[in-house]
Amino acid sequence: MNDMTQSLLDTEDEVMLRDAARGFLTDASPVSGLRANRDAGRAHDPALWAEMAQMGWTGVLVPEAAGGADMGHRAAGILAEEMGRTLAASPFLSTAVIAASVLRDAGPRAHGALQAIAAGEATYALALDEGPKFAPAATAMQAERQGNAFRLSGAKAFVADGTTAARILVLARTSGAAGDADGLTLFDIDAARAGLDRQALSTIDSRDHARLVFDAVEATGDDIIGDLDNGLAALRPGLQAGQAALAAELTGLAGGAAAITLGYLKDRRQFDRTIGSFQALQHRAAHLWSEIEVTASAIANAGRRLDATPADASLAVSLAKARAAQTAKLAVSEAVQMHGGIGMTDAHDIGFFMKRARVGAEWLGDYGHHAAIIAAARGF
Amino acid sequence: MSDATEDLAAFRADIAAWISANCPAPLLGRPMDENAIVWGGRKWTFTDDNQRLWLERAVARGLTAPRWPVEYGGAALSRAQEKIYREEMERLGAPPPLESFGLWMLGPALLEFGNAEQKAEHLPKITRGEIRWCQGYSEPGAGSDLANVQTRAEDMGDHWLVNGQKIWTSYADRADWIFALVRTDRDAPKHKGISFLLMDMETPGITTRPIRLISGKSPFCETFFDNVKVPKTNLVGELNRGWDIAKYLLTHEREMIGGGARGLLGGRSVSQILASQEGDVMADPVLRAEAMQLEVDALAFGLTMERYKDQAEAGRGVGNASAMLKYYGTELNKRRYELLMATAGSEGVEWDGTQGGLAPEWLRTKANSIEGGTTEVMLDIIAKRVLEMPNQ
Repeated sequence: MNDMTQSLLDTEDEVMLRDAARGFLTDASPVSGLRANRDAGRAHDPALWAEMAQMGWTGVLVPEAAGGADMGHRAAGILAEEMGRTLAASPFLSTAVIAASVLRDAGPRAHGALQAIAAGEATYALALDEGPKFAPAATAMQAERQGNAFRLSGAKAFVADGTTAARILVLARTSGAAGDADGLTLFDIDAARAGLDRQALSTIDSRDHARLVFDAVEATGDDIIGDLDNGLAALRPGLQAGQAALAAELTGLAGGAAAITLGYLKDRRQFDRTIGSFQALQHRAAHLWSEIEVTASAIANAGRRLDATPADASLAVSLAKARAAQTAKLAVSEAVQMHGGIGMTDAHDIGFFMKRARVGAEWLGDYGHHAAIIAAARGF
Repeated sequence: MSDATEDLAAFRADIAAWISANCPAPLLGRPMDENAIVWGGRKWTFTDDNQRLWLERAVARGLTAPRWPVEYGGAALSRAQEKIYREEMERLGAPPPLESFGLWMLGPALLEFGNAEQKAEHLPKITRGEIRWCQGYSEPGAGSDLANVQTRAEDMGDHWLVNGQKIWTSYADRADWIFALVRTDRDAPKHKGISFLLMDMETPGITTRPIRLISGKSPFCETFFDNVKVPKTNLVGELNRGWDIAKYLLTHEREMIGGGARGLLGGRSVSQILASQEGDVMADPVLRAEAMQLEVDALAFGLTMERYKDQAEAGRGVGNASAMLKYYGTELNKRRYELLMATAGSEGVEWDGTQGGLAPEWLRTKANSIEGGTTEVMLDIIAKRVLEMPNQ
């Protein structure tokens, strides 16, 4: 799957980026930060986002001409992995990864939008799913045409960063029927537009998710990204980038949960001994470490593929997301079990990892969705 | 392009031309079944003249041991060149001219720990395929607890006197020499009284007996040592430091066994296996789900093998993480064969039916997670050495 000149090892620059990200996030956004956000009733800390912009993270996928750092998908994955380790909440995936990847292919009209993303001044949400599972082609929401204008009506069920984002990328049907991959159009609209009702969802991961109800929301031809009736093609770079980065976040999350658990196993005493000396627990920890190692390779590969041959990255991206969803599930299940009773308490952080892993497993396609893509690509 | 890159491109063209010109055409693209492997040794008979010719030509070019020094019959290739050589061999469908425990295990050990005389004596015979080696490690009382070996070598002044028994000696009945772990100090702690000894299998007192396995095949033997006289010069490395060599070789072996399970099954991927079965076996949603999961895991493991190789080539050792490759790769291979048997249905359970050979292969895979250190020993290594979990 991998070109021999494209090593899966981190380059020197990537090692420095990872070290810098880990150092910063450990100080500025430890897991206790998520607890503080939750208890304060906010989905993320705008000050943290401003610092990420200062460091160039918001522009990780924005071209230099638009003020970005343009570090590429492998770098975005490394940042996402590190955010996963500490459960750092921010609009990074929705804005800096998904929206930036969509907009950088959208021609000169998107230059200003990309500049705003790189500067940390604009945040985006992707309004896509209308049911409980990821299924872009199933989009039924209507964009009714009237001259050069459109009226968007319908509901989006599960929109990450949907209540706080300043702008919404929304997929709506301009022809055909639900289930057709054709006939969909992608719009980029101001979240304050009349007729758009944003209803905050209270989700287990304490992050910003919303149900968006569109009641004849007006859009024009200027709001269209890509071509009319060909919205999935315009959305594809954003979806792939988002899936790869979310997979990276989940792998970082698995590593974070495993590290906390390993620390606990080395510390907790029962039967007059450290419980980490029990072989039953050692083997579970060793198995978990192995799974994380194997998944980390799929994450690195997806980033490399998106950077080198984005048109041919589908298998690599789905492999990353499929593996990451399962590895994160294993990691958080093992983490809570090996913590015993304390792992069931709200006072302990480990439960936060379990809740975010469940949301991440669903968003942008679950294991089954991505495994089916892999099976099709491999001929069965 | 840098000079180094240009040099490698030139090397690729050169080696590809050499393979095309020298590998006899009938060998190209032949499936790599057991009959296609050339093991060499005094008792070896080639299945056809092409095999002999291919070996001779590869020996002349040093390509049976591409990375070894030229003076021992190698080609002194760099890591990058060797990788290109293997890629071109695979691309052109050329079989390895020679496979052996000498190339895989004893050679690397002698290059690292042997003295000048030992290297000069044994390495050329390995690269030329003249001597076939077997490995004498396990004993009835030393399986997972390998350091508990009891086969004794007593210092008799002018020779060693060896007594004891080895088990699971691969192809001992067809090998010419054995490299073995023997106890040379019974009073020292068990890891510190072991030495690494080389013995000619024709020495009086050595006998072998094949062990019939559940697969019906007998790749392993019991090997008995009854008052065997061995020259003093046959001890490799320092007296009582044989465990260091054993550990070095076990790391090699683990990478190899794990690597053998990579992404492929006798040259076939999961999708190719499924395509080869009659009817639409994937119509069964349970089998389909298993196949999908296996494909996901096999692809990710294949990438992990690449990543670890890249790491080794970058000069950063893989170390104890090789235990993960062995653990994961062998468990994956067992799953692959379970799926294969399930998709073959009743045709898979005949020793010689249309899926002939499948059942013995399936049964053989059950040893993957036992030989070369069990799955449980691998998990112990990961827990203790990688994760630094406490001892009991």
